[in-house]
Amino acid sequence: MAERLLEVEGVSKQYRLGMIGGGTLHGDLTSWFARVRGKEDPNTKIGMEHYAHNESFMALDNVSFNVDRGDAVALIGRNGAGKSTMLKLISRITAPTTGEIRIRGRVASLLEIGTGFHKELSGRDNIYLNGAILGMNRAETTRKIKEIIEFSEIEQFIDTPVKRYSSGMYVKLAFAVAAHLDPDVMICDEVLAVGDIAYQQKCLAKMSEIAREGRAVLYVSHNMRTVAQLCNRGLFLDRGQLKYDGTVERAIELYGGSGVRSIHQNLDVLPHPKRRGDTMRMLEIEFLNTQALEYEMDSTMEFRLKCIAHLPDPRLRIRLILKNSMATPIAMTQTEPFEVKAEEVFERRIRFPLDGLAPGEYIIKISIVSGNPRGKTNYYDTLEDVSRFVVTDDPALNAGFYWEERLWGNFRLQPLEMF
Amino acid sequence: MDKTRNGAGWDTVIRPRHGWFDIDLKELVRYRDLILLLVKRNFTVLYKQTILGPAWVVIQPLLTTLVFTVVFGNIAGLPTDGMPKFLFYMGGNICWHYFANCLTVTSNTFITNRDVFGKVYFPRLCMPFATVLTELINFFVQYALFVVSVVWYATRPDPVIHPDWRLIALTPLMLLQLGVLGLGFGIIISALTTKYRDLAMLVTFGVHLWMYGTPVTYATSLIADKYPRLLGLYMVNPITPIIELFRAAYLGTKVYSYSYNLLSIGVTGLVFLLGVLLFSHTEKTFMDTV
Repeated sequence: MAERLLEVEGVSKQYRLGMIGGGTLHGDLTSWFARVRGKEDPNTKIGMEHYAHNESFMALDNVSFNVDRGDAVALIGRNGAGKSTMLKLISRITAPTTGEIRIRGRVASLLEIGTGFHKELSGRDNIYLNGAILGMNRAETTRKIKEIIEFSEIEQFIDTPVKRYSSGMYVKLAFAVAAHLDPDVMICDEVLAVGDIAYQQKCLAKMSEIAREGRAVLYVSHNMRTVAQLCNRGLFLDRGQLKYDGTVERAIELYGGSGVRSIHQNLDVLPHPKRRGDTMRMLEIEFLNTQALEYEMDSTMEFRLKCIAHLPDPRLRIRLILKNSMATPIAMTQTEPFEVKAEEVFERRIRFPLDGLAPGEYIIKISIVSGNPRGKTNYYDTLEDVSRFVVTDDPALNAGFYWEERLWGNFRLQPLEMF
Repeated sequence: MDKTRNGAGWDTVIRPRHGWFDIDLKELVRYRDLILLLVKRNFTVLYKQTILGPAWVVIQPLLTTLVFTVVFGNIAGLPTDGMPKFLFYMGGNICWHYFANCLTVTSNTFITNRDVFGKVYFPRLCMPFATVLTELINFFVQYALFVVSVVWYATRPDPVIHPDWRLIALTPLMLLQLGVLGLGFGIIISALTTKYRDLAMLVTFGVHLWMYGTPVTYATSLIADKYPRLLGLYMVNPITPIIELFRAAYLGTKVYSYSYNLLSIGVTGLVFLLGVLLFSHTEKTFMDTV
C-alpha cells in the first residue's frame, strides 16, 4: 500500500455571519460604555438580543478523508459546497474550527497562480520571489531555473518586467514556477481556466505526471472534462458535508444529479454569499419546457424565478450571465426593468432564446440588479451556479460538422456569405 | 508500512487556533531567503516606481531637517544644547524617521498583503521583518549624509561637536532597538486592525503626536529645565533615551542617565514579545475577518 501523505480528520469550519468586517473600535467602545451605564447598546439591531454574533454557518461539517501517494483526487461540488474552504485549510490560509489535518512532505497550493508577483520586477526576479513565497529557497530555485524558464515558453522575455507581459505569458510563467516546486501534495483550484488550450494540456500533463511519480494531486474544478482526464479518485461535497469518496466517475455522476441539473430548485436554502444586505433574495427556480435541461440548438429555454423583495425598487432587472464549462463568463442578457414593492414576493416567467449558442455545457449565473444604463448598478443578490444546461449537437444544423468547443468557442455565428 | 501510516512522522499538523505561545521561529529561519527577496523587491520597486527614486530617501529627511532648523531652531529659538542646529535636528530626525516608518508600514501588514496572505501560506512575520530591513537600508542612505555632515563639523577648527567613539560603537544596538520597537508596535497595531479597522487611521496621527513627545524637534534639557519632576515620566517613552544616546555619540551632548536606556531596552523586549504573540495569534484566522 502506498504511503499516506495527507489525513483530514473530522474537520469543520464555522464562519460567523453578520459581524464580519463591521468591527470598529469606536463601535465596540460605545457598546461597552452603554453597558457600563446600564443603557441599551446603541449598536444592537432592534429585536435582536446581541450582535448578530450567534448566526453562524458551517462551511465544512466533520469532513474526513485521506490522500495516499499516487492519488489524483478531485474535489467536486457546486459553489458553496466547501471545496475552496477545504483547500484553504489544507494550505494553511486559515485554521479549522475543529478537527485536525496531518501532512507529510511539502504542500504546494495553487489557489491562484502568480501570487506575490510584482509587476515592476523582471520575470527572472519574479521566479525567485514566487518560488520563495511557495517555500523554495534560493539555491533550489537557482538549480531549477533553467527548467522553469523552458517550461514557461517565454525565454526571450525573461528579463523584461512582468508588467509588460500579456496575461497568457504571466500565467505560463506563474504555473511554471509552481510546477517545479516538487511538492508531495499539489493543490490546484481551477487555475487552468486561463491560458491557451495547448498550454492547458501541458499543465494537465504535468499534473498527472506528478501523480504518476508517486506524489499526490488535489484538484478542484467545475470542468468535468479535465477532472475526468486527470483524476483517479473523486470526493463529492455538498453543503459542507462529504457525501461520497470513491471513483471519479461516480463523483461526477453525483454532482450531475445534485440539483445542478434538476429542473426545480429551492434557491432559498443555498448559501447566498454575494447577497448585499437584507434586500432581495432569490427563492426558487423552475425550468418549464424541459425534462433534463438539454436543449436543441436555436431553441428557447423557459423558466420561472421567484424572489422576495425587502425594499421597493422601480427599476429592477433579472440579469442572466452565461458561463461556459470552464466557468468563464461568455455572455450576458437581462430583462426589461420592472417595478417591485417592499416585502413583495414576485415571480417572473422568463423566455431565454438560445439562438447562436454552440453545442456544449453551460452554467447559468443570475443576478437581481437595479440601475439605469448610465448610473451605478446595484447587485442585490447573485448566485454563481444556479443551474447547468446542455445544448445538444446536431451536425445537420451545422453543414454536417460536429462542433469543437475547444477550437471554435461557444458561439455559432451566421454563415459567411459570398457576394 | 503501518508505522508511516499512523505513527508520528507527520511534517505538518494543522489544528484549530493554537494557544498564545505557539510560535514557530525555526520556520522563520527556514524562510530567510524569502525575507531577503522581499527586501530586494521593496528596494527595486522603490527605485523603479518614482521619478526621484532613491533621491526621495534623502530629500525627505533633508527637507524636514531644514524646516525644523528654520521653524524650531530659528523662529521659535528652541535650545539645541549648543550644537549646530542642522546636525542636532538631523540626528533626531533620521532616527525618528526610521522608527516611524517601521511602525507605520508594518502596522499595515495584514491589510496591504491581504491578497497574498489569502492565497498562499508562509510565515506571516516574514513581511514585517522584510519591512524593517528595507527601512534599515533607507536609514543607511540618510545616515551616510549625516556622517558626512558630522565629519565636516568635527574637522573644522575649534569644533563644537565632540563625537564619542565608544558610544558610536553602540550604533548597531541603537538601530536594532529602534527597528525592533517599530516592528513591535507595528505588529501589535496590525493585529488589532484586523478586528478594528478604524485603528489604522489613528496610526498616522498618533505617530505624528508621538514625535512631539520625543526629543526630535527640541532638546531633552528643555524638559529637564522647565519640568524637572516630569523628566522621569518623559523618559518612559522608549524612543527618547535612544535618540539621546545617538546625539551623545555623534555630537557629544550629555546623557541624563544610562539607566533610562536599560529601561528602554526592557520596554523594547516587552513590546516585541507582546507583538509577536498577538501577531501569531491573529495570523491563523485573520483571513476570515479581513
